[in-house]
Amino acid sequence: MSNLENQSVNLIPKLELSSSPHIHSRYTTQQVMWLVNLSLVPVIISAVIFFGLYQLIVIGVSCASAIISEAIVKKIRGAEITIYDGSAFLTGLLLGLIIPPNFSLTATAIGSAFAIIIGKELFGGLGYNIFNPALIGRAFLQAAYPVAMTTWSKPNFAVDTVTSATPLAAFKFDKIVTEIKPLIIGNVGGSIGETSALAIIIGGIFLIGIKIVNWRIPLSMILSLLFFSSIFWFIDPLKYPNPLFHLFSGGFLLGAFFMATDWVTSPYTSTGMWIYGLLISLIIVVIRLFGGLPEGVMYSILIMNAFVPLINKFTHPKIFGEGK
Amino acid sequence: MKKQISYWKEFSKGLWEINPTFKQVLGMCPTLAVTVSAINGVAMALATTFVLIFSSMLISTIRKLVPSQVRIAAYIVIIATFVTIADFVMKAKFPELSKALGPFVPLIVVNCVILGRAEAFASKNNPLRSLLDALGNGTGFLIALTLMGSIRELLGNRTIFGYQLLPESFQPLLIMILPAGAFITLGLMMGLANIYMNKKKKSEIDSVISKYKESKATFEESKA
Repeated sequence: MSNLENQSVNLIPKLELSSSPHIHSRYTTQQVMWLVNLSLVPVIISAVIFFGLYQLIVIGVSCASAIISEAIVKKIRGAEITIYDGSAFLTGLLLGLIIPPNFSLTATAIGSAFAIIIGKELFGGLGYNIFNPALIGRAFLQAAYPVAMTTWSKPNFAVDTVTSATPLAAFKFDKIVTEIKPLIIGNVGGSIGETSALAIIIGGIFLIGIKIVNWRIPLSMILSLLFFSSIFWFIDPLKYPNPLFHLFSGGFLLGAFFMATDWVTSPYTSTGMWIYGLLISLIIVVIRLFGGLPEGVMYSILIMNAFVPLINKFTHPKIFGEGK
Repeated sequence: MKKQISYWKEFSKGLWEINPTFKQVLGMCPTLAVTVSAINGVAMALATTFVLIFSSMLISTIRKLVPSQVRIAAYIVIIATFVTIADFVMKAKFPELSKALGPFVPLIVVNCVILGRAEAFASKNNPLRSLLDALGNGTGFLIALTLMGSIRELLGNRTIFGYQLLPESFQPLLIMILPAGAFITLGLMMGLANIYMNKKKKSEIDSVISKYKESKATFEESKA
């Protein structure tokens, strides 16, 4: 009985345990997060150019709501308040970039709070979330406000845009294939930060250059997207759009460089990364060509996020000397 | 001979301690599917409670006559009888509700709350206890479904039981009346219930420890 006194009622272990791989990185989490935020600056600039200064307010509301909800949850959980590490800011920023221009500010704030509270903190916070929080927020908004989420504003320099639909929606419902040049520059309808392929590629290459983003996932996604869409293009070029249209339209590049590559929700083995990218692109092509929605990047990344533990398990390298 | 718990306890345990939705996690199919509005939740829970009460009593009455090999079949026949009654009454008296609930009223036959209580309780206890147990579980189910229906209706449609509570300026969150909203609501409610239970448990452990320390101190004082 005298042991009872010594037994700690607090069951939280004193030792901090974490699973392998114990890889030393040259950056701290805080530096990584702020560098990713920095790499999104070209995307934000492109958003302002094509959709106006108001988008800064939308993005700002999204970031503010994310940071406030993170602080509140941490306070309730009695944990250290980690809003300065930039991860909540990043979630808010990414969510702000993947919603339609001129989106309702209340809805933005709700979506951002949902992304942080349900998508991230309820799973245990940074490093424990299964799904990409920003995409969870967008999926929530898509289901909560289906009309507002598919109302697209016209870009500022649109010359001959008849409708304000996104290139993918225009293709899906009216069989209009947008030319590649405006898709690369970004002068088309779409979410705030997804239209300008150029800006996204600049940010993405910066991230790959400073080795924050592993090049395998974007490359695997791009190659397999080109491969799968080429198959259908060769079968019937009139019915299916060309591979380059697939590559530069919609949220594919933003997803490939900034969403799928999230450290927490992507595989950690090289083989796993290739498989992960390949399957994401396969699902994207299937949804875009045969699904009910014009765009499938969000859902395919979320679906594959769920498979990441499985991919990790099957591609885990064998320990030397381990039996069969 | 096991100690008999009080009749009140027999009833009240179903409200919280073994609440069918939050603690036993039974009857998830109607819980998730029909709670798009508060009135649907209430209707579903009342129909289930009706079937639960009568089938529990009847099963408990014949518990010694039914050979254990065929008991499940016998239970299902009894339950199906009362479900048919409930279904027909609803169709005759509340045709609109019956239409809204759709196939979920006939599906009460395979509701695991009812079969679960029959198997776990009614088949081992006398009719009075079974009645109280069924009432308690039914009420617990009613509370859970009403809460879920109200939350989902409020956020998804601005109303509770048809009365508008949120202003027009509130854009309804459509997701709450979609299946995804059911899972989110249920998950959050169960999480809150667990937080409450853990806090309660912790305070109980703390009180035991402080009592032990007190008694130890007085014991050592008396020794000294």
